[in-house]
Amino acid sequence: MTKDEIIEKSNSFFIDEFEVDGSKITLNANLRETLDLDSLDYVDLVVVIESNFGFKVKGEDFLNIHTFNDFYEYCFNKIQEKSHVA
Amino acid sequence: MNRVVITGMGIWSCLGKNLDDVKNSLFEGRSGIGFDPKRKELGYRSALTGIIERPQLKGLLDRRARVGMAEPAEYAYMATIEAMKVAKMEMDFIEKNEVGIIYGNDSVAKATMEAIDTIRAKKDTTLLGSGAIFQTMNCTVTMNLSTIFKLKGINFTLSAACASGSHSIGMGYLMIKWGLQNHIICGGAQEVNENTFGAFDGLSAFSIKEDNPTKASKPFDRDRDGLVPSGGGATVILESLDSALKRGAPILAEVVGYGFSSNGEHISNSNVDGQVRSLSLALKDAGLSPKDIDYINAHATSTPGGDKVEAQALSQLFGEYKTPVSSTKSMTGHECWMAGASEIVYSLLMMQNDFIAPNINFENPDEDSAKLNIISKTKQQKLNTVLSNSFGFGGTNSTLIIKKYN
Repeated sequence: MTKDEIIEKSNSFFIDEFEVDGSKITLNANLRETLDLDSLDYVDLVVVIESNFGFKVKGEDFLNIHTFNDFYEYCFNKIQEKSHVA
Repeated sequence: MNRVVITGMGIWSCLGKNLDDVKNSLFEGRSGIGFDPKRKELGYRSALTGIIERPQLKGLLDRRARVGMAEPAEYAYMATIEAMKVAKMEMDFIEKNEVGIIYGNDSVAKATMEAIDTIRAKKDTTLLGSGAIFQTMNCTVTMNLSTIFKLKGINFTLSAACASGSHSIGMGYLMIKWGLQNHIICGGAQEVNENTFGAFDGLSAFSIKEDNPTKASKPFDRDRDGLVPSGGGATVILESLDSALKRGAPILAEVVGYGFSSNGEHISNSNVDGQVRSLSLALKDAGLSPKDIDYINAHATSTPGGDKVEAQALSQLFGEYKTPVSSTKSMTGHECWMAGASEIVYSLLMMQNDFIAPNINFENPDEDSAKLNIISKTKQQKLNTVLSNSFGFGGTNSTLIIKKYN
């Protein structure tokens, strides 16, 4: 999966599942503030990541994800790791 | 002690998705029963069911509010926003006052089964998502509605099988009567899906007249062969009379009597003594005698044993007065946890519009129902005082009496 595909798929579930206005999603925007995430929402984020990208996020990994770009990079790297293992 | 009045009502049922549609269905004697093929695929003995549309809450509620709502909470929400509108109860009032909620619900089988399926498939509980816990508890209705409406008063779910909705109104009535609360949202909700009723179907309690669904539910009729499961949501807003007058709220009726009892016998079979004690207690609480009741909305579900016992109990107290009786379950099927609340809403609609809804499909009485004045065709009549029965597994009995406000 290319990075652009990850961005497209992620933005799609941010808009559909988290009901955020697509125009507010930019590379440097803050993920938590833009999606208005509370502790329960992070659990749902784990679910959509697993169902869309096939890997399970560890809670502590979110500590290093601040912007949408951080999120895309993180997902890209996890998918790359997974394909190398496979 | 406070007088307790009903200032709002709302309904989402197989007879319609709002008060006006439901009133028309009741008046016209229209059945809401149909056939659900999925139940046959799952091995149900009967695929008959009330046909209920799932509300579309996207656009009405944000994601955080919706994710924890199981089916009964969705129905209850729709009924409650209608009831609040009727009661002219705005969010501004709710934020500044102690408004409570007591709602009847006794299952969330579908949400629970889906959560278990996910655990088995994924072997990872995080993947259930954040909503599963709030969907799979019986109090899904009150947890969600109290949060959505920012309620600050009494807050709990009441589980009492098929008398849950009725007892919730009874408990709300007692709380207000004794001055503990001034405003309580009461009601009952019942999920309707192929996961919910399997165990009930397994008792051979359901009608198998599948070739003619709208004719299947025939309470009190000689040829009845079982109930038809159904559901939805029904809400009434209870208030102290003082509060209602102060707010300038519409007063739809007064709750004047609540009776209750437990049979103390069999887990599924009802008994005459328990029902008579519930009826008598409600009459005593209301300071009324049987001749004062204009109409009885019976519990009668269309089961051979249950209707027989209720006919005997009713004839013991009301037989000599020929009090009009009908079971709206002939049209709705058995709305189970919701039924006690929905049947108060149906009774209020009859009271407001001067008619008795028919006990459709009542063609031939048996030896017990022959002693009752069963109304099988819509009857135009002014109703001042109405009694509503609800009985449930475990021998729980509830009787409510409502009266036009004077």
